[in-house]
Order: sequence, then C-alpha cells, then structure tokens
Amino acid sequence: MRSGRGVFTRRALLVMAVQAGVLGVLGRRLYNLQVVDGDHLRQLAERNRTSKRLLAPARGTIHDRFGVALADNKVSWRALLMPEETTDIPAVIERFSQIVPLDEHDRARIERDLRHVHKYVPVTLHEFLSWDDMARIELNAPSLPGVLVDVGSTRLYPFKDLTAHIVGYVAPPNEEDVAKDTTLSLPGMRVGRAGIEQTQEGLLRGEPGSVEMEVNAVGRVIGEIDRVEGQQGEDVRLTLDSVLQQQVLDRLEDRVASAVVMDCRNGEVMAMVSTPSFDPSLFDSGVSHAQWNEWANDPRTPLLDKAVSGLYPPGSTFKPAVALAALKSGSVTAQDRFNCPGYYDLGGVRFHCWNRWGHGMINMREGLKYSCDVYFYEVARRCGMDPIKAVGNTMGLGVKPEIELPHVRSGVIPTPEWRQKNGFHWNGGDTVNAGIGQGFVQVTPLELAIYTSRIASGRNIQPHLLRATKNQLSAIASDESVSKVDVPPEFLDVVRGGMFAVVNEPHGSAPRARLDLPGIQMAGKTGSAQVRRVSRALRESGHFNSMNLPWEYRPHALFICFAPYDNPKYAVAVVVEHGNAGADEAAPLAKLIMTDTLLRDPASDVRPAPPAPTQSAISQNAISQPGVSTPALSPAQPDATLPVQETKFPNEDQPMAGQSDPGARR
Amino acid sequence: MKRNGLDTFGFLKSDRRLLRAEPDFRPMARLLQVNWIYVLLVCVLAGVGYIALYSAGGGSAKPFAGPQMVRFGFGLVMMIAVSLVSPRVLRMASVPVYLLSVTLLALVLRMGHVGKGAERWINLAGMQFQPSEFAKIGLVLMLATWFHRIGNERMGNPLRLILPALLTLLPVLLVLKEPNLGTATIIGVIGATMFFAAGMRLWQILLLVAPLPFMGKLVYSHLHDYQKARIDTFLHPEHDPLGAGYNIIQSKIALGSGGMWGEGYLHGSQGQLNFLPEKQTDFIFTMIGEEWGFVGGVAVIALLGTLVIGGMLIAIRSRNQFGRLLGLGIAMDFFLYCAVNLSMVMGAIPVGGVPLPLISYGGSAMLTMMFGFGLLMSAWVHRNERDPGQEDDED
Repeated sequence: MRSGRGVFTRRALLVMAVQAGVLGVLGRRLYNLQVVDGDHLRQLAERNRTSKRLLAPARGTIHDRFGVALADNKVSWRALLMPEETTDIPAVIERFSQIVPLDEHDRARIERDLRHVHKYVPVTLHEFLSWDDMARIELNAPSLPGVLVDVGSTRLYPFKDLTAHIVGYVAPPNEEDVAKDTTLSLPGMRVGRAGIEQTQEGLLRGEPGSVEMEVNAVGRVIGEIDRVEGQQGEDVRLTLDSVLQQQVLDRLEDRVASAVVMDCRNGEVMAMVSTPSFDPSLFDSGVSHAQWNEWANDPRTPLLDKAVSGLYPPGSTFKPAVALAALKSGSVTAQDRFNCPGYYDLGGVRFHCWNRWGHGMINMREGLKYSCDVYFYEVARRCGMDPIKAVGNTMGLGVKPEIELPHVRSGVIPTPEWRQKNGFHWNGGDTVNAGIGQGFVQVTPLELAIYTSRIASGRNIQPHLLRATKNQLSAIASDESVSKVDVPPEFLDVVRGGMFAVVNEPHGSAPRARLDLPGIQMAGKTGSAQVRRVSRALRESGHFNSMNLPWEYRPHALFICFAPYDNPKYAVAVVVEHGNAGADEAAPLAKLIMTDTLLRDPASDVRPAPPAPTQSAISQNAISQPGVSTPALSPAQPDATLPVQETKFPNEDQPMAGQSDPGARR
Repeated sequence: MKRNGLDTFGFLKSDRRLLRAEPDFRPMARLLQVNWIYVLLVCVLAGVGYIALYSAGGGSAKPFAGPQMVRFGFGLVMMIAVSLVSPRVLRMASVPVYLLSVTLLALVLRMGHVGKGAERWINLAGMQFQPSEFAKIGLVLMLATWFHRIGNERMGNPLRLILPALLTLLPVLLVLKEPNLGTATIIGVIGATMFFAAGMRLWQILLLVAPLPFMGKLVYSHLHDYQKARIDTFLHPEHDPLGAGYNIIQSKIALGSGGMWGEGYLHGSQGQLNFLPEKQTDFIFTMIGEEWGFVGGVAVIALLGTLVIGGMLIAIRSRNQFGRLLGLGIAMDFFLYCAVNLSMVMGAIPVGGVPLPLISYGGSAMLTMMFGFGLLMSAWVHRNERDPGQEDDED
C-alpha cells in the first residue's frame, strides 16, 4: 500500500527544491543586474534623471557710429499656463483674460496648444506682457492657479522704421533653420532675416549656454545640477549716424525715395534711407497676415531697401561716366565742341535734347553743365558701349557693391554682346540712348553714391556699414590706402569741373543745389530718368509736361553730388521715384542733405562757433532753434519748416575729430 | 521541547512526543499552538512592505504605507482567527467558498470594471475587490478537500481526477477570459502542484504533460494582442522603449542603479523621480533593489524564501492529507506570487500585473494572502489530526 504521507513528503520536497532553485536563480539574476551590469545601468539611470537644457544667449546689440543703440534687447515677460497645475482650465483662462485681454487669435492658439501638448508642458497665454500686466498677474496669482510669468527677451528697435532697411529684423527660426542648427530650437532664439541682423548673424547670435537639471519622469524640473553660461552675441557698431539718418529721412518727407550719404574718403555709409519703411519690431513676434499683405501689395514697396536693391535708369547722372569713358578711350577730348541744335538725327530717328532750342557749340564741361543730351549722344556714338561699360564698372556702376547687407543688387550697363545674349539686336540708337543714361542702363542709389565718391576722391572707394565689431574698429581705409581708380586724374578733373559748373555757375542745370554754407561749394549732377517713352506726337504738340502724367509714369528724379568741392568729404546720391525732374526735386533735397551732413561733421569748419554768430547764423538756426522756419537755408522749399532735431555732438569716439582738414579752405 | 510551548523550530524537528499526543481543542491551547515564529516572519515581511511603501510615498506614510498597515492589521487578526478554525469546518466550507469564488469570477466578467486593461475588479460594499485572488483560495480549499476525501489509494483511478481537473480548469478559464494571463497561470500551476503532491500517478502525469507543447501553441493563438505584445516586448524590450517595454527597461535601470549597497533609503533616483512605473504596486521590489541595493534585495528574497519553505514544511508536518494539501497550496500560491513578480521586475518573464505579496500596495492581494496564511496556520495548529481510518504512516 502506498503511503499517502510518504508520497506527499517526497513530492513536497521536490517542489521545495524547485522553489528554492527558482528563488536562487532570481537571486543570481538580481546579482547580475545590480552588481555585474550595475555600472552600465547606472549610467542609463543618470541619463534618465538629468536633462540638459540649452540657454538662449543674449543677442548682440547694434549701435550707430556714436554708440546709440539701433537694435537692443529688452526684458519681456510672458504668461504661461501649466495645464497640470490647474483643474478648471477654461475658468483660469477666463479670469486671465479679464486681466490681460486675449483676442480670438490668442484664444484659438491656446486651445490648439492645450490639445496638442502634454499636461506638463507650459502653454503660452500671452507674449510680451507689459510691466503693469505682469504686476497684475502676480497680484492675482491666487485666483490664477497654474499661471506663471516667465522672463524672456524681445528685440527692440528704438528707431523703428528709421533704420529698418539697414539694421534689418529678427524673426523666430523656421524649420529649415532649425534643421541646420539645432540650437535654434531653443525658446527665445531669433534669426536675423534682413539687413545687418542677417549678414552679421554669426557675430550677433552668440553661443548658447546650458543648464543641467534634475528632472522627474514627466520632465518636471526638480533642481539644478550644473550651469554653463553661454557666450553673449557680439555687439556691432555701424558707420551710420542715427541723427543724420533721421535728418535725411525728414528731408525726404513722404516721397518714395532713397538717399545715400557716404564718406567719399573711406566709403563709410553715414546715412542710407529708403522710404517708405516699416517697423522691424513687428517681425519679432511674427507679422500678421494682414500687415504682411499690406506691405507686400504697397506699390511704394516699403519692404524693399531701394538704396541697395532699387534699380533705376541713371538718366543724366550717367553723363560723367560717359564723359570719362570717352576721354579715356581717346575718342573725344575735353576741348572738342559739338553743335546742339536741340535734336540729333541718327539713322532716320530723331533724338531730342531736353532743351528744344538747343545749346549751340559746346565742349565737355559745358555739356555736363547744361546736361546737354545732344552732346552726349555724339560722345556716346563716338566712344561706343564697351569703353562706357568698362569705365562705368571702374567707377562702381553695374558692379555689385560689397556692402554688409543682403539682397544687394547690381546695376546694368548694357553692351551689344549683353543685348545679343538676351536675344536682341543692338541698334545705334541704343548706344545714343545709353549715353544719356536711358535705355537699358540701370543703377542702384548705392552704386550712384559709390560712383560719386570715386569721381570725387579718384580712388576705388568701397562702401561699408560695419565700423567696429568685438570692440575693435574695423580696418577703415584712409584715403591714402585705397588704390586710385583706373582713370587719369586730369580726366576726373574735367568731370569734376563740369559737375561744379552744374551747381555753381550761371545757367548750370542745378542752381538750386548751391550750398548756403560759407566757403563750401558742392559739385553735382542732375538726372531725370524717363520710365516711359515720350511719343513724338505728344512732344510736338507742345503741351508735353511730365507733371501732368499719372504719378507712376512720371520720370524719376536723381541727383548725385559731393562736397566740399576742393576737398571732397561726402558724397550724396538721391533718387526720388517719379520725382519728375532731378533739378527741381532731387537737387534741392541733396543740397539739404549735404548741408545737414556737413554740419554734423565734428571736424568741419562750418560748425558754428557761439562767439561768432554772424559767421553762420543760418546753420546755427538749423541746429539750435528747432522749429524755426529758415527760408534762407531752404529756398527751394519756401514753406518748409525745419524739423525738430536733437543735434548733439558726441564727445566720445568722434570719428573724425583727430583728422586735420587742411584742404577745406584751400 | 515542551508540549504546549512555543515550538520555536517545531516544523524543522520531528517531536515524537508531540505527534503521539492527543490534540487539545481548547481555544487558548490552540492559540498557543499557532506557530508564532511564522507569524513574526509574516509581520517582518509586512514591515518591509511598510518601509518600502513609505519611500514610494515620497517619504510619507501617505498615501500608501499607512492604509496598507491598517489592512495588514485586519489581515493579521483574520489570519489568527482562521488559523483556529477546525479543518472539518474548513472542509465543510470549501464547497460553498469555491462556488462563491467561481460565481464572483463569472459575475466580474459581466459587470466588473477593467483597470489598466487587464485585471477585473468588482465593487463589494464600496471596496474594490479582485475575485481572481479569492478564486485561488477557493480552489486550494476545494482541491484539498477533494483529495482528502478520496485518499491516496483512489488517486490511481483516473475517473476520480476528472472532477477536480474540471474544478481547476473552471477558474483558470474564467480568469483567462478576464483576461489575466498571469493569474490564470498561477491558478493552473497551483492546481497542478496539488494534483502532483496529492499522489497522482506518474503515468497520469506523463500522459498529461506530453501534449502540453501543442496546448501552448493553441493558447498562444488565442491570446489577446496585448498579451502577445507583452511576450514580444519581453523578448525584445528595446523595440518599444517608451511603450510597453518602458516598464521593463526602467525597472532594470533602477535595479542596476542600486548596485551592491543601494542609493540609500528614500534616495533612489529612479523611484523617487517617478521614472519607475507603478513603483508602489508591481514594481515595489525594484524600488527596494534601487534603494537598498543587492544586499537588501537578496535579504528580501531570502525572507520570502523562508516563508515559502516554512509553509512547505508546515504542510509536510501535517498528519492529514487535507492539512498537507492546504499548506502546500497556500505555500505554492505565495511562492508563485513572489516568483512571478520578481521575474517580472527583473525582466525575466513578461509583465503581468502580479503583485509582490504583503509588500505591494493593494487591499485584495493583502487580505486574501493573509486569509491564505490563516489556512496555512490552521493546518499547522491542527497538524496532529489524523485522517480517519488511516494508519499513522510516519515517513
């Protein structure tokens, strides 16, 4: 007979052995996990526990030449909602909106964020809170569970539209940017989208810092373990003078125009204005669709920096280049005289001079002075396009300027080859037309300023906007170190003389550009560039007056000038879109701008000295009596009121204070 | 060794005088018969649970450790009370208890609510209750009673095994339908072990074991997708590190970060920072391992092993088949709980909602386990009752 108990005991012992074995195996496995693989698993645990977060570096600031901030960072606050820390989210949002109003757009975005993010990820309720809003939120914190205020940084452009085209703007990075540089995914990171902000991105951005934090499984921060401060972006100092920039903008008033003021000795751009402009601060938080459409569809192209990317026919401002080309190629001498009967026949086509009665027998200086079209028809025909293009390029026309801005365009000086490459035949009339800067010739205002600087200085001036980076002045070339232009100086003298006559001699084409400053004279050249061909019938009807045309068909008004004539310091180029006539519209503007510029010059002799009010009462008026009408200064605009100007001469970092100016009175 | 004294290592020795003695059925005497060393070990285990839950609560008795201790207090009183119940009463109660447990299982399938996608709970007078826990006790009682009735001789008759086999399969299938693969397996293994220990003939066993691989295939094909996913996840946890494999990976990471000596009580980074999922229930051992290291983990395993082996020795020491099988069933239940849970947290078997008895936070597991320990202790207290008409077959 089987013993029930015996069987049970034996089998129970077997079971016990299995149990002990299983527990033994588990113990062994525990040993493997905890002791043998411990180091590896501990590393994984550490990775679990810590979270490295990057800290957005402060973006470098941008200053004008005297240290006035053009782009700065402002502390801003934003309200965040921690969804997991509140039970009734709609009620909290409702109470919040009573403190800080939320529009429909905001509410929709909050709704969307709340649906898509995890409960522990904060949702932005409102960006860019004012101090008052922030204080009120903090005060009402007990009734706003889950709402917290976070400190961020906003890009501030104190001059708004004044420097928008040059300084540019920043915007949140897009996916493409983030793919290229993952640090851009940091909250608060911005990318330069235009102007200096874009081209100097590498300097301005800085290096992100990092903070290592202890986090729990849901990513909530428990504490800070380690912190590495980032490298703040480098500050950038520009050659721009914000006061002069403002003065130029005020001179341009509401015209659609651009103006460039350049130091013709070293290429420093003192002012560069393109109107109308826009407020770059709006891009920081994202421009609304309506605003964008308004800008994009505006025929006055506020977003376009006309100074560097606006292409215009140069009109008569091109004539000095044609003159230089002809002189250099030897096809015409300065003394050669051509008759101007008021028209010019070429191959059965009659080309008109702007003066229908003609200028008679004139030489080059007079051709420039009167801006005689027929004279330059003949010069261009004799010279041909290739020398014109070569010399034009030498003088900076039709060559992309090397300036620290994006979207810089290059003008065009056409040649028969260029025309043929585009599939057209070049006619003799095209050469004649190009001789007066019409036809296919196109330039930008910046190119005109470079061209004027090179005529004035006789050197290969390159424009630049960066004055100093990393607290070091960039290698600003003095006039001795810039190579001379490849045009004999005596030819330049002929052109300069012609340009002097334009402004200062009787019957010059731009008498209204004459400076009212004692002892300083300016040389210049007008330009009126037709944007539409004037039909023969219309011209012969005798009733032609371009002022009667619709605005968008009127000719552009251009003026280039440099001063002082005997020791050039500054070059100015002004282009007024559809301004009709350079002599009437652009020249007086250029005169005012040049006057402002010369008065701003700390080393200038025209700087009014208080004990001698008689010496320059006019300019003193202009500076110290804001709001007073000064008709003597602006005869072209009898009703003009000089705008209020804060004119302070900086007592530090005066760019030209140390430079002697012996030639000013020569 | 004195007759009614605290039999310190009574279950380790053979005390002939004790064996020959007539049982004393007075309540106080029976209370003295309770193996207080075993009770102490149970209390120590519950104490470990309290300490671990205190840490799982972030260094606070709330919300886990305190309530768990209150339950343990109830459970302890229940255990002592059950241990004094005579086996005859237990045998009489076995059929109704079994029927009740099976009825509850059937009911829960109809109206219970599903928690975490697997275990089914039923609401009993405002208390969440898991009938599958109770079913294990019911089955152990039922099988022990059945095999006690037929005695060893009639085990050879296969017809006698058909009914208990069905009685085992019924709760297994019901729990499988819940679906709770882990608990169903545990119930099945408990039943099988009891068949084995009850004296099932070897040829019968071979006949049953041979078709098991085919059965396995059949079962796998009927598994729920999530159950298959668990098996797949277990085999390749790295495939889905943030989904189902997350628990296993995090558990291993936490154990590994504990090392030999642990990160210190209340200082386990993974547990305290909530990287460890369900650290107060299924993964409580991981937290112990992380904070107390291998040393602490092995100590807890040793404590569990002692309770398992102690339970088995109590079963062996019983002089009646009912007590033996009851003790074995409960010891096996406890062992399987421990083994499945430990394997699970160490990533050795698929994760499956099995708590670590007396340590994991949870009411039904704690109370049913304490009820089971009460049954085990009853087997000890009444170990000297002999089966009627049976020889005193000493080894």
